[in-house]
Amino acid sequence: MSAFNAIGEEREIDRDEFTPGVEPQPTWCPGCGDFGVLKSLKQALPEVGKTPEEVLTVTGIGCSGKLNSYLDTYGFHTIHGRSLPVARAAKLANPELEVIAAGGDGDGYGIGGNHFIHSARENHDMTYIVFNNEIFGLTKGQTSPTSPKGHKSKTQPSGSAKTPLRPLSLSLTSGASYIARTAAVNPNQAKEIIKEAIEHDGFAHVDFLTQCPTWNKDARQYVPYIDVQESDDYDFDITDRAEAAEMMRETEDVLNEGTVLTGRYYVDEDRPSYTQEKKAVGELPEDPLAERYFDDDAEWERSYDLLERHT
Amino acid sequence: MSDDELIWRIAGGSGDGIDSTSQNFAKALMRSGLDVFTHRHYPSRIRGGHTYVEIRAADRDVQSRGDGYNFLLSLGDSFARNPQEEAYYGNEEIKPLSENLDELREGGIIVYDAGLVSDEDVEAINLEERAEENNWHVYPMDLRGLAKEHGREVMRNTAGVGVTAALLDMELEHIEDLMEDAMSGDVLEANIDILHEAYETTRDEYEFDHELRAPTGEHETEQALLSGSNAIAYGAIDAGCRFIAGYPMTPWTDVFTILSQNFPDMGGISEQVEDEVAAAALAVGASHAGVKAMSGSSGGGFALMSEPLGLAEMTETPIVLVESMRAGPSTGMPTKPEQSDLEFVLYTSQGDSQRVVFAPGNIQEAYEQTRLAFEIAWDYQIPTILIYDQKLSGENMNVDVDFFDREPAPDLGSTLTEDELKEAAHDASGKFKRFDYENAEDGVAPRSLPGQKGGRYLATGNEHSPVGHIEEDPDNRVFQMERRLEKLEAIRTELDEERESNQTYFGDEDADYGIITWGSSQGAVEEAIERLNDDGHSVRGVSVSDMMPFPEEELTEFLAGVEEAMVVEMNATGQFRGVLQKELGQYGEKLTSLLKFNGNPFEPAEIVEGYEVNVADEDREPTAQVRIEPAAGD
Repeated sequence: MSAFNAIGEEREIDRDEFTPGVEPQPTWCPGCGDFGVLKSLKQALPEVGKTPEEVLTVTGIGCSGKLNSYLDTYGFHTIHGRSLPVARAAKLANPELEVIAAGGDGDGYGIGGNHFIHSARENHDMTYIVFNNEIFGLTKGQTSPTSPKGHKSKTQPSGSAKTPLRPLSLSLTSGASYIARTAAVNPNQAKEIIKEAIEHDGFAHVDFLTQCPTWNKDARQYVPYIDVQESDDYDFDITDRAEAAEMMRETEDVLNEGTVLTGRYYVDEDRPSYTQEKKAVGELPEDPLAERYFDDDAEWERSYDLLERHT
Repeated sequence: MSDDELIWRIAGGSGDGIDSTSQNFAKALMRSGLDVFTHRHYPSRIRGGHTYVEIRAADRDVQSRGDGYNFLLSLGDSFARNPQEEAYYGNEEIKPLSENLDELREGGIIVYDAGLVSDEDVEAINLEERAEENNWHVYPMDLRGLAKEHGREVMRNTAGVGVTAALLDMELEHIEDLMEDAMSGDVLEANIDILHEAYETTRDEYEFDHELRAPTGEHETEQALLSGSNAIAYGAIDAGCRFIAGYPMTPWTDVFTILSQNFPDMGGISEQVEDEVAAAALAVGASHAGVKAMSGSSGGGFALMSEPLGLAEMTETPIVLVESMRAGPSTGMPTKPEQSDLEFVLYTSQGDSQRVVFAPGNIQEAYEQTRLAFEIAWDYQIPTILIYDQKLSGENMNVDVDFFDREPAPDLGSTLTEDELKEAAHDASGKFKRFDYENAEDGVAPRSLPGQKGGRYLATGNEHSPVGHIEEDPDNRVFQMERRLEKLEAIRTELDEERESNQTYFGDEDADYGIITWGSSQGAVEEAIERLNDDGHSVRGVSVSDMMPFPEEELTEFLAGVEEAMVVEMNATGQFRGVLQKELGQYGEKLTSLLKFNGNPFEPAEIVEGYEVNVADEDREPTAQVRIEPAAGD
């Protein structure tokens, strides 16, 4: 028998399937941008034809980490900054799973920064959503890697001396093959971007601007935003690396000045995903390895076949 | 010390092929019917420096490196080294000769490369005088010149082996066969020529005045020469492991490399990743998705794994980690063995965390306990750790090929199929009660895999409800905690009642005095006990493999039966003795420690001496590089 025959069945999928039928109710603060991510995922997943059982959401720690408590898929709520390595391995073990990793800006760009760089570099076939509210929320308002320079917090009372990290540019440099920024205040764009990210074959990074009404009151709530694809002021080729880089730089510069630009920044459909690369060099089995354990006919190679070289 | 055994030491510079030459020679000795055991000593650098490998060969079971050695093949330092390095390291060419003399037994043989070492150098170390004192037999040979003449000077290793074979009266047949397996064409031809010429020249040039000859023996069954790292890697393969993630660090790299090289042919996956946090987290992710996964490191890298280790414990995701110890603290001595990460491995990670820890004592145990580690991990959904050290990792021993002839076990243990999931408990929203305490047996709540129908749940490192939601309700907390703790009790019961003991016992059950050890010190202890009992002492020993859960009953019984016991381990603070005292508090006053932490493993004679100082003589200090810590209250 196959343990995975839920995958690939055709049927209508209702978005309510992604909402837990009983507790827990979200514990996010009223007005929190995280609701926006949850909502756009619930909308996007049925539209790309995924059932809750085909999806594995892997989260880190922080307010964002609770995403999969409120989203009724398979879920793994890991530890601070470590969602990506867990997600990567799950995808390699069973490439048929739709793997979505999510976390916050402190989680993903701070403590998990190394994993972010390498996951993008390897172009793992997954979606990575970073809830970027420019602050540590769950630990009560400390400066994060994306907090603006001069941002005052209990841990940096004189104002941060650090220039904020540039997530879009970092993502491009590291090798992500789909990069977009959206905002919780822009639900239609968010849904479309998340759909594209899920359908993209490679590492899709979505920097999701989420307001924090409790700890980041001074910060811009990301309105008004400008959609770079809708505005006539911005014209660039999202498949051109140099143009995308230039556009990202401008976006990250103006965010510090209070102008919020969102949209798709870079899409490379030609770059093979890590799954494909790994298969090409013969280091990833054709069929999902996870299924092999349920296959009674599988031939398991034995160590003593290797002993010949030792005799 | 009788010379019914050969302990051949080949010394030279790192990067000179000392390792591969000795590996082949060890195999040739094994093929000639002898039991062999290798010990490797090397510095933490790529080229140059003093390195040696010892091969002990005898017509009987050999479990340790032995005491000292009786044949030195000294090749000189690396010719490929950057000459400028001399400014930093001095003249190292003489080191493979001068550095090794202290441990050479009386009557031993020395062959040195006269093509590399000048007469003045030899005079400077008083070789002649020392040889006379110790009755050493010295054979200078121009190995480099000979090699150069037929091929390249790198082949001086082969010349050295040829000289060895001549001096020990060995046939060249097995050595030639191995060369044919390893090389071909001109290289092979040149090496064979060098081998023969060295062999014949030695016989022509010298009248042998030594008595040492290669022992002869016969094996009844086919033998394989493999290392502890091979045994762990092959144990993992037979246990159904098909995913490994890691970051290179000596000595863990061996296991990582072996599996990485074999997995592509077996449909397995190997990932070299950015750091050890990621490595262990990948193992967790792969296991969560339904593949038997492992990771591992050495002490410093393992430190980074304590986070994902705790996550595996809380989410009850089975994984196997290996911790290959080297001397610490911090980066310590990268290429030297020590048994000093025990407490770290037992107690690392926050909270009342639980894991199973096995410490195999030799190559067969490494294979068996790796299989066991996977079985326990997947049956009980708990991380298991194999703790071993650089010594066991790198030493080679011959093992009966039939030992491995058993079925592979890819079983995922307490993982449900979709059919079984239909019968399992679900909550009102249809979520699978993955962390159910009501239906858990022995604390084990069977799991589902992502992708399975009817198995949706949330795995989280936070305390959680039966379906996996974050939950801080006091009753739930107590139930979940107790359920997780119950698993360890159940594992102890299984290990005690359903399986053969993992502990290895030596000597006579009625003996008065006890020696307790763990891990790779086992072989030396076994030999020391044999020797002590042959000398009329009354000693029995136990080598403990179950570190957690601890075999309290077995050790209580052992300690109750002896007047006193000496705990032998390679560290400076008596970590295992501390564990014994923690687990079996009432026996603190019976325990003495024999500790060694200079970077070299125990030789049996050092343990014999430790016993004599402790028990027989009392009044003298041990001469070896060991330390004795008296019993509590002494």
